[in-house]
Amino acid sequence: MDKKYGVYICEGCGIADSLDVEAIKGVAGEEGFTAKTHPILCGADGVAFLKKEIEGGVNTLILCACSRRVNFDTFRFDGCIVDRVSLREGVTWSHPRDKFPKLTEEQKSSGDAFDRVQMMAEDYLRMGIARVQKINLPEPFKLASTSNKILVIGGGITGLSAALDAAKAGYPVTIVEKEDRLGGAGLNWRSQLPTANPYDTLIAPVVEEKIKAVQANSNITVKTGTVVARLAGQPGEFTVTFKKPGEKIEFDVPYPLPPEMRVDESGKELDAETLNKKYMEYNEGKTDILTLDPNGELFGAVILAAGWQPAKIEGGVYAHLGYGEIADVVTNAEFEAIAKKGKIVRPSDGKPAKSVVFVQSPGKDEDDSDFPYAGAVTSLVSLKQAKYVRNDYEDGKAYVFYQHMRTPGLNENFYKSMQQDPGIFMTKGNVLQVAKNGGGLIVKASDTLLGKELKVKADLVVLAAGMIPATKDDAVVNMAYRQGPAFRDINLFNGYCDSNFICFPYETQRTGIYAAGAVRRSMTTEEAMEDATGAALKAIQCISSTNRGVSVHPRSGDMTFPDFFFQRCTQCKRCTQECPFGALDDDAKGTPKPNPTRCRRCGTCMGACPERIIGFADYNIDSIGSMVKSIKVPSTDDYSEPPMRILGLVCENDALPALDIAALNRIGYSADVRLIPVRCLGSVNVIWIKDALSQGMDGVFILGCKHGDDYQCHFVKGSELASIRMKKIGEALASLALENERVAQFEIAIDEYDKVPSIINGFVESIEALGPNPFKGF
Amino acid sequence: MTSQSTAPASGSIVVVGGGISGLTTAIEAAEVGYEVYLVEKNPYLGGRVAQLNQYFPKLCPPTCGLEINFRRIKDNPRIKVFTMAQVEKVDGAPGNYNVAIKLNPRYVNEKCTCCGACAEACGAEISDPFNFGMSAKKGAHLPFEMAFPARYVLSKQIIGTEDAKKAKAACKYDAIDLEMQPKTMTLQAGAVVWATGWEPYDAKKIDNLGFGRYDNIITNMMMERMASPNGPTQGKILRPSDSKAPQSVAFVQCAGSRDENHLPYCSYICCMASLKQATYVRARYPEANIYIFYIDLRTPGDRYEKFYKMVKADKKIFFIKGKVAEVNEDPATKTITVTAENAVSGEKIKQTVDMVVLATGMQPTAANGKLPADLKYTADGFILNDFDKGGMFSAGCACKPADVVSSNQNATGMALKAIQTLARK
Repeated sequence: MDKKYGVYICEGCGIADSLDVEAIKGVAGEEGFTAKTHPILCGADGVAFLKKEIEGGVNTLILCACSRRVNFDTFRFDGCIVDRVSLREGVTWSHPRDKFPKLTEEQKSSGDAFDRVQMMAEDYLRMGIARVQKINLPEPFKLASTSNKILVIGGGITGLSAALDAAKAGYPVTIVEKEDRLGGAGLNWRSQLPTANPYDTLIAPVVEEKIKAVQANSNITVKTGTVVARLAGQPGEFTVTFKKPGEKIEFDVPYPLPPEMRVDESGKELDAETLNKKYMEYNEGKTDILTLDPNGELFGAVILAAGWQPAKIEGGVYAHLGYGEIADVVTNAEFEAIAKKGKIVRPSDGKPAKSVVFVQSPGKDEDDSDFPYAGAVTSLVSLKQAKYVRNDYEDGKAYVFYQHMRTPGLNENFYKSMQQDPGIFMTKGNVLQVAKNGGGLIVKASDTLLGKELKVKADLVVLAAGMIPATKDDAVVNMAYRQGPAFRDINLFNGYCDSNFICFPYETQRTGIYAAGAVRRSMTTEEAMEDATGAALKAIQCISSTNRGVSVHPRSGDMTFPDFFFQRCTQCKRCTQECPFGALDDDAKGTPKPNPTRCRRCGTCMGACPERIIGFADYNIDSIGSMVKSIKVPSTDDYSEPPMRILGLVCENDALPALDIAALNRIGYSADVRLIPVRCLGSVNVIWIKDALSQGMDGVFILGCKHGDDYQCHFVKGSELASIRMKKIGEALASLALENERVAQFEIAIDEYDKVPSIINGFVESIEALGPNPFKGF
Repeated sequence: MTSQSTAPASGSIVVVGGGISGLTTAIEAAEVGYEVYLVEKNPYLGGRVAQLNQYFPKLCPPTCGLEINFRRIKDNPRIKVFTMAQVEKVDGAPGNYNVAIKLNPRYVNEKCTCCGACAEACGAEISDPFNFGMSAKKGAHLPFEMAFPARYVLSKQIIGTEDAKKAKAACKYDAIDLEMQPKTMTLQAGAVVWATGWEPYDAKKIDNLGFGRYDNIITNMMMERMASPNGPTQGKILRPSDSKAPQSVAFVQCAGSRDENHLPYCSYICCMASLKQATYVRARYPEANIYIFYIDLRTPGDRYEKFYKMVKADKKIFFIKGKVAEVNEDPATKTITVTAENAVSGEKIKQTVDMVVLATGMQPTAANGKLPADLKYTADGFILNDFDKGGMFSAGCACKPADVVSSNQNATGMALKAIQTLARK
């Protein structure tokens, strides 16, 4: 577009009282722009004024008013580029004149004094002007054709529910199930836990009904005895190859080389050619990920509902429980199989088991944990199975030893209902030993409340083993992604395919693939069905967003996507390796192939690229770089004691709101800093830092969210990657004879606005102690 | 490739309640392409989670996710937000509802720039329910710093007083309208999702636990406000009686929950909330003794279990199995002696502490007043979902006690249930 610029300065909210607006207009003039003022830009009259300007041909507006976090709708003008220069929060409110006084007449006439706050406002306008010249209106990325079909991996209760829910909204669904029939774990149950109010009795397994409904639904295709060999491509056009379980085919997904195979004897990374050769050998017989299966089936989005396997009871820590040694000590899954066949009997001799002890926690030592992968489900299942004993035998007795009875929420009703049964005995106890006792068994436990030892005779002992997620040791979804076929970093969740986000439980590192049910957490049927509905919504939403050419969460609706200038690519692979979402697949040479609909638009690739060939229409190396370069760096040529100039690159998701709230509370910070919001710290390219320092700025800090296991980064890896890059820049600085301390990274949570002054001023003071940048003035 | 059977992006959804569940349902549906009206009774969005200091188990601030959600609303013209709005009546059938809403006066219009001059002009201070009365605020105020919409509100209490006039006079932007009257309007929608959330159970009703009688007994929600940087004590945890640092704190689990005389069900979140709050105390007082009185510790799932283990590793946090039977105050020192009863042995355990936190449970909002629509409830006021009938759904804690993660999963699913109603039309 042919840009026609307009600079508009709001005088309201104290801006004109604090700042010399005429001087700011003068700055626009120096840059070749005409600035106009208005008393209240956000008022009806102000907006009408702006609209008139737009009618007059202006299409690129630089609004010097409040933060872009407010009045977002007031200043949304379709078809126009709007830049918000935050004079209110960024300058006036955060630098109140009682703490940052204006110059006196005397100081003004001295010629050697300067008004730090005014300088800040003028720089921010220069930065806004620099930015708008380097950005364009985004155009959506649209695939040539989009599939609206949803693939559901797993035909258990979660997969069936997800398929039904998506089909009910009008979307075609294919369920792929590795077993020869639908139903999953639920097929093995005699009864199941209640799924609805009043939550007090056992019900028939709901899975049969779901299977019937799926079979009757013309919008749902079922492939049993089938698994996903590979899932290639991207949301909207995933190309999926199916196969029989255990089959070896050309389109089996290749695996990345394990780290130890990527290095030579000295530990140095092998060159690209050797790596590729080794990779081909490692994956012999398999086609590389970039070759799409011509017979593959297209899908728009995927729901991963691969379910769980009963955990095994193995190892010395469980020796006291007798499992594996004593035939009549079984797991809850084995007990369920007995119950499914008929009345409860002992595996050892087939005689009725009328006295059954349910062991909820392994016990023995002081640890009060349940078995691994238990969640709350195993408590509920013990109660369910205790009821079987009572239903089968009038004189049956069930004993439940537990450390914590975990029946959260409305499941408490089920617990209470079971407590009413005079033949179900529940005791808080630490199980010490399970042993043979004549023809039966004896369970010894210490009652942790009374300090007494209890002994219970039993025909059968049931151990409450947990639910191992299918994703623990198997990629299942088999993504033909350069970063590997499995969900990333699931060790953080013990092998569960969970999200690290409390607010956004469907967000993972793989766009368009949504996990639900027991792959995410040990869940009851009720929870799994609910989770399935949510995952179905997300799959539909992803298809809809892909169709419209916009990003999904967290930059939902964003039309920009990274553009690569391949002629200058040096095949360093950093973008492919660092993308938190695995959006890039490189070829044999290392040239990245972008998959725009996998992309979440964080800009981590742009931050990673040493050649600076990646950018977005409205956010790129040049747009931020030009803002940095437009900052005036005063030297001793200008003033006898020039102020410091410090650049802050701040995450727009957490740090910027914290800064805005600090401003709202009139909590000030040094006026010698210049802040630039970035999409994510992961998008910060070190060239911006080098540019700042080489033009004489005295220090640079980046401010963003917490990383580590409990990371708060909305793009998962951004702040972590930034910290790695910051460490490396230290070395580069040393070679320039600049102190490491001139560059720093700080963490801030969104609610820690009270820490803003100590972080920023602390850094400024440390820079002042170092003294000015020796490059200043060159 | 796009098939015609795909749901058309038409038809509207009304979401009642702008807490985390309502926000989730509204935004997730709108991002599929549907028009959504979000109706919230408070002057701000965010509901209960806006009052929390941190989420368990990550110990991260809820405002972080709210900020993203607010941005999603800002970027999505399909969502229309009504604050200070209540549903008065719902007529119609699935696919075709008329939802009458009443918009209560905010006395501040869209011209508000958030400059704060009105608050400065007000003299008197009124009790702040956002902080459970632990602090006072001006009659003209911003509900909290991150409030969305970012607009001031005048408390009804100051209407007709000098303060209201002063506030109006102070506003340079003509944003204060003291004559503002309630308005009603009717929204047409194909589906309605009730995300009306929960209220902390009124601790005063639990006679034996001394809340309201003794200064140094607070609720878990009050603890959240105390620990919040924007709370009444700017994040300091202090004894209410003398504002001193507590040397010892007791948490009383199941305060009202799992109790036939109060809330018969388990409130799901309180065990994790107290474990989390124990970390708040520890972060501020490395030497304080912390006692947690409980019946069962319910930390469902691997991530919660991991958190429990982490807290359990703290040698100065003591876990005591036993239901608290009574509390007594020493009138001189204002310390509280907690007496717990071992449920099996009947043995008494006593512990004297500086401060007590009652882990009060959640009660569905509808327990204290039925909603103006054809809905069915459990005996405790949770809204029952009838998926066969469709049309109206309950999401989050309006349908059962749940943590934030489960509420969001549930609320995401309810967006699809609502869409199904529209797609069937």
